[in-house]
Amino acid sequence: MKRVLLDDLLAAREAGRPVALATNLRSGQQLLVYRDGTSGDLCLDIDMVVAAGEALKADRGTTLSTPAGEVFVHPFNPPSRLIVVGAVHIAKPLAQLGSLAGYGVTVVDPRRAFAAGPGFEEVAVSGEWPDEALTRLKPGASDAVVTLTHDPKLDDPALDTALRSPAFYIGALGSRKTHAARLLRLKKRGFADDELQRIHGPVGLSIGALSPAEIAISIMAQVTQTRRQGEDS
Amino acid sequence: MSEDILREAAKWRKDGRGVALATVVSTWGSSPRPVGSQLAVDDKGVFIGSVSGGCIEGAVIKEALDAIAGGRPRLLDFGVTNEQAWDVGLACGGKVQVFVERLE
Repeated sequence: MKRVLLDDLLAAREAGRPVALATNLRSGQQLLVYRDGTSGDLCLDIDMVVAAGEALKADRGTTLSTPAGEVFVHPFNPPSRLIVVGAVHIAKPLAQLGSLAGYGVTVVDPRRAFAAGPGFEEVAVSGEWPDEALTRLKPGASDAVVTLTHDPKLDDPALDTALRSPAFYIGALGSRKTHAARLLRLKKRGFADDELQRIHGPVGLSIGALSPAEIAISIMAQVTQTRRQGEDS
Repeated sequence: MSEDILREAAKWRKDGRGVALATVVSTWGSSPRPVGSQLAVDDKGVFIGSVSGGCIEGAVIKEALDAIAGGRPRLLDFGVTNEQAWDVGLACGGKVQVFVERLE
């Protein structure tokens, strides 16, 4: 691989710009395929460039057959994001597990003293109100949102904004009773039952988790399950 | 944070070390690491990342050192049917194809 190609690839990734690396497995010649153009020394027919673009969009590594030999398409999309509302004690192991699993983690809490403590050095921290932060971060279909504050003033606006996004996972910490009350409040905000069913509450897989780290594991396990196996798993 | 193999490889190269990249380009059956998994190797055999659960790393690193020395990219096949199965076969019974290239 040419250094300049690797530098361009790293720059695109740094900028959050999706890019696929196409490699001829015989010659080693390579091409960077962006949504809107290409660069590199591998010649690819336009239909193959289109196929590479589709692999990028689907975020799936693919091998294409071309007259010049097989070409491996390696997609590099910006990482999925995990947005955690509430810099409470569970947020620390959850942020760490999210980072380990490859998510770009943002912890949102307007209560400065909470997020100022140790444990959040490795992740992005926002002091905005949750609805402002989520409006700015615009969760997409590959992003997850988890609320942990227990405080309706913070959790409800966050869930309100998250429900209007295509986030693949929405979870809210709280007991069954807390969650039932939460659903009633959100209903008053105009959400229908099937929309509210998107919220995983009580959050996390039922594994008897007790400590903050165990609860974070149960949440991350459910996020992973939903991402890899879908909502009905 | 998860390992950033490409960034590390670029840094190694900038420091003047010889570097090769290995990438899983296809898998069949049960294979421990998905397509796109990468491993970076320097000219001393120091490596980060993985292309299997540890079963084929040794063989891939040997090929990577060859690629650093000679420059030719290569496509490696591993699996239970491989002649080297006894020492570098995949315990899980899957097959995996790994592309190895030098970082110029």
